Amino acid sequence: MSDTILRVRDLRLHRGARQILAGVEFDVSRGDLVAIMGSSGSGKTTILRTIAGLEPFDGGQVELDAVVLRGRTPPSMDALRLLRRKVGMVFQFHCLFEHLTALHNVCLAPVHAHGVAPRDAERRARELLAAFGVEHRADALPRQLSGGEAQRVAIARALAVDPPLLLMDEPTAALDSERKDDLGELLRRLRADGRTLVMATHDEAFARVLTARILSLRDGMIREGSSPGA
Amino acid sequence: MAVTFRTAPTAFALAVAGVAAAASAAAQGPRDLRWAGDPEGGAPFVQANPTRPDEVEGFDVEIAALLARGLGRVPRFIPITFTSLDQSIARDDADLGLSGIEDTPARRAALAVTIPYYEFREVLSVRDADAPRLRTLADLRGRNVGTLGGTIAYDILLRAEREHGIRAVSYDDDVHPYSDLLLGRLDAVLLDDVLAERRRRRMAGFTVQPDTVVVGHYVGALAARNASLRDAIDDILREAMRDGTLERIFRTWNVWNDAQPALYARLLAGEQVEAVTGLDEAANLAAMSPWVAARQYAPSLLRASGVTLALSCLAMALAVALGMVIATGRVYGTRPVRLALVGYVELMRGTPILLQLFVLYYGIAAAVRLPAFAAALLGLALNYAAYESEIYRAALEAVPVGQLEAARTLGFSERQVLTLIRGPQAFRLALAPMTNDFVALLKDSSLVSVLTVVELTRQTQMFATNLGSWVVPGILCAALYLAMSLPLAALARRLERRWKASPP
Repeated sequence: MSDTILRVRDLRLHRGARQILAGVEFDVSRGDLVAIMGSSGSGKTTILRTIAGLEPFDGGQVELDAVVLRGRTPPSMDALRLLRRKVGMVFQFHCLFEHLTALHNVCLAPVHAHGVAPRDAERRARELLAAFGVEHRADALPRQLSGGEAQRVAIARALAVDPPLLLMDEPTAALDSERKDDLGELLRRLRADGRTLVMATHDEAFARVLTARILSLRDGMIREGSSPGA
Repeated sequence: MAVTFRTAPTAFALAVAGVAAAASAAAQGPRDLRWAGDPEGGAPFVQANPTRPDEVEGFDVEIAALLARGLGRVPRFIPITFTSLDQSIARDDADLGLSGIEDTPARRAALAVTIPYYEFREVLSVRDADAPRLRTLADLRGRNVGTLGGTIAYDILLRAEREHGIRAVSYDDDVHPYSDLLLGRLDAVLLDDVLAERRRRRMAGFTVQPDTVVVGHYVGALAARNASLRDAIDDILREAMRDGTLERIFRTWNVWNDAQPALYARLLAGEQVEAVTGLDEAANLAAMSPWVAARQYAPSLLRASGVTLALSCLAMALAVALGMVIATGRVYGTRPVRLALVGYVELMRGTPILLQLFVLYYGIAAAVRLPAFAAALLGLALNYAAYESEIYRAALEAVPVGQLEAARTLGFSERQVLTLIRGPQAFRLALAPMTNDFVALLKDSSLVSVLTVVELTRQTQMFATNLGSWVVPGILCAALYLAMSLPLAALARRLERRWKASPP
């Protein structure tokens, strides 16, 4: 098994006349915790989206385990299906399914997309919710959850299908400092379990506390190995 | 001879015309004799002149001219739908109704009617092949027999439903019963010999049976308060019977026969001619208190409500299913599919549902012969599907894209994203406008009476025609519609609340 789980090469993407990504390159090792940093609108989220297969791009390639996405080439359905077994994503605004309870948000994909027996899926979902301290909110609808609770449910939902790589978009955006500490603790645990984490953030302090490997995105490019403020 | 008239189809135009007429009447010498008829009834009663469509002709037109002359007035024609004539005259839209109006006890009780001026026979028409075996109503057990609604003939058919087990089918006009007879939707038509003979001259394939089912008379109808004008008209009619003027008019239109001089002789001898009814109990229907009459009509109104409810529920179910398919096609389909669906939606929304119903029932009858109920159901469903699809499309597009992307990253297929995440949320968003549409459909279902389906509004109209008043039938009808629509609205509100409510 290769030690590198994610390999991004010369990733290019433009919207209209604006070049968003102009040759992004980086590798992520298995079990790594990576923070992509940059100012608002620099393209952090876009990088996560291309890795998750949500955003077509113009050039370069993304290689996740053995799945390869190439610029200008729409991935096959099979490639996408394979990709999505390997990567989960937690969105900045959580994007929970509004018509389902927290518990059902977490069970839905294992049951319907991965063929897990409903009873097993529910047990696993309750374990995840309990692990993240939101088991008491299992029957609440998303609009009844606080920002921190919704985020935990969203993380549980992404992990329910057990992807080796978890992408997180601005995970600290809606959290006060106490909740931020809780999240940091949670991410450390995930990492300790061997999960690979890539987050887009502009919260430098948070990234430093987690001792994340920091990638700076400037002018649509990432310079491997640079550290914040460098 | 022809009399010029100006058709004024909208209420506004009618009002303007009325004001103008009143002004001109005040300014000029002779007053108008405003007489009402249904030009769709056609020759030989009243019809638009084929060469000059803004003029009417027919024996009723000539009788109106004769009466106006005798009264020293100028005839002015007011076109009014046949089934609304009584009410229009009662509310003074016209002084006199002349349009093959039948002399019935109900009409005599509600209006001031003239002496009869023509005697007709209700006769059965059947397809040529059936002529030897289908001669009377008793021969028609289990078969469909059509006629014009709100007439003696229709009442006769209702009685024959009970007595002979036929099925009565009501039409708004006297042409489609004959075309449906030839198409096989009907096995017989019961109508005046005047109408039957006229139709037979234009269409081949059916036979008018010689037996008389009932004898009736045409009269002029005036508002009850115009009894003195009616008496003056009666004098003019008697004079025209005596001096042969009426004979000359009816001969012109080829409807003179031996029954007329016999009728005139009785009238001129001062004999009373009885009004004719088709219903056994209706002889005194108009004399009954409206509430007693309402009790008599309650079963048929309830039955008609059942038709309305069944039709609306089935049509809505079909419209919802079809609307979902259309909306899905418009959101997910390829460009040609999307264009085709937009075309369908715009066609259905942009043309009157009445036109669509006519096309579905009569227009394509040569190719596909739909039964009336099926055509009504399909027509409403196809039309409402267009509106429903717009609601669902908007609802599908209102589900946040973020949720769809989240679903994709979780490994759902596009179909699963639609059925598990997007569809259910869209359905909740669509519920309120859908309920709204269902209530609208419940009421629009009254339009299908043009396809001979007797639903609540149609049944109420027949009740009102027989009773000579809209007050009690109108209240009952409104109550029944509300009884159907209010629970629906309540159910929808409960569902909405449940979906919004906090789980325990």
